[in-house]
Amino acid sequence: MSTHPIQLTINGRRHDATVEGRLVLSDFLRGDAGYTGVHVGCEHGVCGACTVIVDGLAVRSCLMLAVQADGAAITTVEGLAADDGTLHPVQQTMRDEHGLQCGFCTPGIVMTLAALTGGPNKANSETLLNALSGHICRCTGYQGIRRAALKLAGDAA
Amino acid sequence: MNAPHTQTEGYIGRRMARTEDTRLLTGKGVYVDDVGLPGMLQVAFHRSPIARGRIKTIDLSAAREIPGVYAVLIASDLARYKVDMLSFFLALPTVPVPVLAVDRVTYVGDPIAMVVAQDRYIAEDAAGLIVIEYEEQDPVVTLADAKHGSLVHPRTDSNVAAATGSDEVDEDLEALLAHAPHLVSIDLTHQRIAQSPMEPRGVVAAPQGSGELTVYLSCQGPQLAARWFAQAFGMPATSIRVISKDVGGSFGLKGQPWREEVAVVLAAQLLKRPLKWIEDRLENLTSANQAREQEIRLRVAFDNDGTLLASHADYGINNGAYPQGADSNIAVMMFLWAAHKLPVFGFHARGWYTNTVGLAAYRGPWALESLAREVLLDRAARKLGIDAIELRRRSLITRADQPCTTPMGLQLEDISPAECLDELLRHVDVAAFRVEQAEARKQGRYLGLGVATYIEPTAGSTGIAVLISESAHIRIEPTGKVSAVVSTHSQGHGTQTTMAQVIAERLGVLFEDVTVHEDDSSRGGYGSGAYGSRQAVAGGGACIRAADLLVDKIKLMAAHLLNAKPEEIFLRDSVIHVFGEKEQTVSLRDLADIAYGEPDRLPEGMDAGLEVQYRYRPPPITMTSAAHACIVEVDGDTGFVKIRRWVTSEDCGVMINPAVVEGQIAGGLAQAIGCVLMEEISYDPRGNPTAVTYKDYLLPSISDVPDFEYHHGASAPSKAEGGFRGVGEGGCIIGPPTLVNAIADALSPFGDIPLQLPLTPHKLLEVIEGRSMARPAPTQPKASTPADAPSEKPMSVAEAVVHEPSSALTPVPVVETAGIDGLWKFILSTPMGPQAFTGKLATSGNVVSGSFYFNMDEASFTGTINGNNLKWDLKVTKPMSITLKYDVQIQGDKLVGKVKMGIFGTAKLSGERV
Ligand code: FES
Ligand code: FES
Repeated sequence: MSTHPIQLTINGRRHDATVEGRLVLSDFLRGDAGYTGVHVGCEHGVCGACTVIVDGLAVRSCLMLAVQADGAAITTVEGLAADDGTLHPVQQTMRDEHGLQCGFCTPGIVMTLAALTGGPNKANSETLLNALSGHICRCTGYQGIRRAALKLAGDAA
Repeated sequence: MNAPHTQTEGYIGRRMARTEDTRLLTGKGVYVDDVGLPGMLQVAFHRSPIARGRIKTIDLSAAREIPGVYAVLIASDLARYKVDMLSFFLALPTVPVPVLAVDRVTYVGDPIAMVVAQDRYIAEDAAGLIVIEYEEQDPVVTLADAKHGSLVHPRTDSNVAAATGSDEVDEDLEALLAHAPHLVSIDLTHQRIAQSPMEPRGVVAAPQGSGELTVYLSCQGPQLAARWFAQAFGMPATSIRVISKDVGGSFGLKGQPWREEVAVVLAAQLLKRPLKWIEDRLENLTSANQAREQEIRLRVAFDNDGTLLASHADYGINNGAYPQGADSNIAVMMFLWAAHKLPVFGFHARGWYTNTVGLAAYRGPWALESLAREVLLDRAARKLGIDAIELRRRSLITRADQPCTTPMGLQLEDISPAECLDELLRHVDVAAFRVEQAEARKQGRYLGLGVATYIEPTAGSTGIAVLISESAHIRIEPTGKVSAVVSTHSQGHGTQTTMAQVIAERLGVLFEDVTVHEDDSSRGGYGSGAYGSRQAVAGGGACIRAADLLVDKIKLMAAHLLNAKPEEIFLRDSVIHVFGEKEQTVSLRDLADIAYGEPDRLPEGMDAGLEVQYRYRPPPITMTSAAHACIVEVDGDTGFVKIRRWVTSEDCGVMINPAVVEGQIAGGLAQAIGCVLMEEISYDPRGNPTAVTYKDYLLPSISDVPDFEYHHGASAPSKAEGGFRGVGEGGCIIGPPTLVNAIADALSPFGDIPLQLPLTPHKLLEVIEGRSMARPAPTQPKASTPADAPSEKPMSVAEAVVHEPSSALTPVPVVETAGIDGLWKFILSTPMGPQAFTGKLATSGNVVSGSFYFNMDEASFTGTINGNNLKWDLKVTKPMSITLKYDVQIQGDKLVGKVKMGIFGTAKLSGERV
């Protein structure tokens, strides 16, 4: 089995590792790096639970190899809140709107919303809802998630 | 004194943000796959690729050679442990369930071997190198196969896994149906559903110390799981602790440990190492027990004015090979007409074994009753020319009709589907919709309105030994903060929040001061966790009673210390106030300091500390009622269904947290939408699952689920403590008929829609276009059409062997009555699973008398003897009043027979001399 040295930044901290070529990024982030907020719901790119931000873009970490992240800057759900515990606006809005129940799909949904609302070009509600259609939540019926998305886009009633 | 307005007033009923969410939103939840232990190894299973066959050889050598593989185990390696794979009711299965397959495989995905390796990648590599030779047999896949095909399990006399309702035709009922002014009949099939929690199953098992076993488990309740393990393993010397912190949904799937979890726990003991198994999605969709897959023929006789005269249901459910409790789903029959004025009802219900993965619970396991009834009522309305809502009004039991008892023996006190329907119609303008619908049709657009009502039994506390009471243990800690250990358990339910709301309000403390623990079987007493929509009612009631007792103690203590009367003491915002002549306040912390540190200062005879435990048993059943309406548009070109509006009207009693209640309703409705429109676990004729990823098993996404509107105008408090009612399963029960009726209404210009879920665009387009769009059937290899095979086809040798006459049919020798007297062990196969008990029989002439002994309870009877045939009647009152008619054949030291259980049909009895 081939192994490869990689170096990347996770939530602002440098991380060095030697990984097998076949190691999937989600498994690397959870197991080797200890960011268990990255959830794996399907391992085949459908559910969105494993979404993290790689160099500014929301990415399904179950569809990427760890070696492909060499040199990248990655943010996981653990990296969003401020050091003093103040929640990121996406996290706070999801909490206010009861956008979660079991919380398993939640990190992925939060990261997609954070990626799309974080930059200078704030996404509108249509963009956010389209992006969320690639996330499966089995618990909530999406009611609070939709309210949160509309609120984040500034479209909430 | 005018008490100041304070925060602790009104926690119950407040839409509070959830305590759980802070950790879950920041990645700090602890799900089972987040647990790691030193030396922990990972497990992968090797599973059967065929649905049915004999295992000829197993070759593990290549797997064992892979570096990093620690062990490869098969059934014989675990044989030293005797395990009873109990049902959820903790009953023994009629057909033994192996932990790993022994000699034969019974479904695709049947686990045969487990690889233990240093990581999951290596474990899967090795599992793929295991070589097994099979003698493949034709599988029994569908309900139709089960009825006519060969036996799924040897040593059974048919594929019937469980039965209720008699095989004999009820002539009187048939006459009523035949001669009524109108007979309406439907045949409905419901597809198989994968519960699909976003977190699949998983376990970490760690043997510790001497005889301690810690099991981290994704489950519905750690106490129930611990009780199950202890009883299934029969290991009194091992203390089993189950820890279940955060769980990523369950919906019935994780109600009890099953084959894989048990295999991992046994292997951890065998290898003396911590082991982890996390189910992947492929395994979850092919090898985790599933639900639904049912068929029903429902017939109803109506008078000309729509009055219900009689009904009969014929029902079948696929139990798969190893159900978690063989089931013919008596609850479907209990609730089909429970809210309706229907004088005569009969049924025939059968659960069937097949070579598919076994049956488990899924949110509202009996939901088919509402679907069948509500769909039939709409069809009847069209046939009788009566408005569908009016037809319901004429037969629904109203509040004014209660209390009353249903023909199935259910006592009703406060159901309100009729009142919910009235409330619903205040928010849905049906007349205006009909105008809009007519206009739309002129433009070739098909709008439909569906309405349904239902009642849901929640928080049952009778008849099911594992679901009786819940426990709450509340402590004011020496710090003055409040800890509570409650036997509830959240897989998304938010009980850490709702139970804290109840406790904070009843104690008079700040919500922030209360921490609820429900994640560890060793912390508190038995409770079932999330089961049967019981947590708000049973857990909330326990919290109220415990908190009230604790308040009493605080008042006595504070009154004594402050020289006041107990009536002058009250708690608010975590502060003890004394009103009266000398107003003053004391902190809970100060009181706790004395309670724990200086108990000599307490009133005479009062125990040290500030803690109370209470076990609450709610009323036998707490009913929730609802009426829903939805409006859809079906695209005439594509057959796609767009849900435009969904209005709910629920009587869920006092709500602890409306946001949590709405979350339960919405989540259930989204699952209902999946059921009706897209979800389907399917098999090819060889029993191969054909939906094995989320690209084939479609779940509703955000664009499939509309905004829901909630109305509670018809709500009334229940009789349970706090007035709460359960809401966990309702959306999944009332959602399907509401949506199916809306689609049927939309397409009514084209005729009836097919009643085979899911209603895919393809099926609806066939209705719209009036033609079949089936692709030409692929030609199957000859051996692969068991469904079409005539039942009298020549049997293979293996099948012929299992068709030996069963013992019940063996000619019986004449016995002396003296051979009857003495102690016997009996097993009665009831709808709840087999029930074992002992009894004594004594004869005198041609009279037999005897007693049955159940755990410190006794029932006596007398009856008659005729040769080796004994007959007697036994009246029981629990779970309902019924006379059991025993008819028994003695065969030496064994006996076989049947027991007629009134309307519930006949149960098998077997016994042997002790
Ligand atoms: S786990 Fe990556 S998309 Fe489902
Ligand atoms: S909150 Fe459970 S899957 Fe979304």
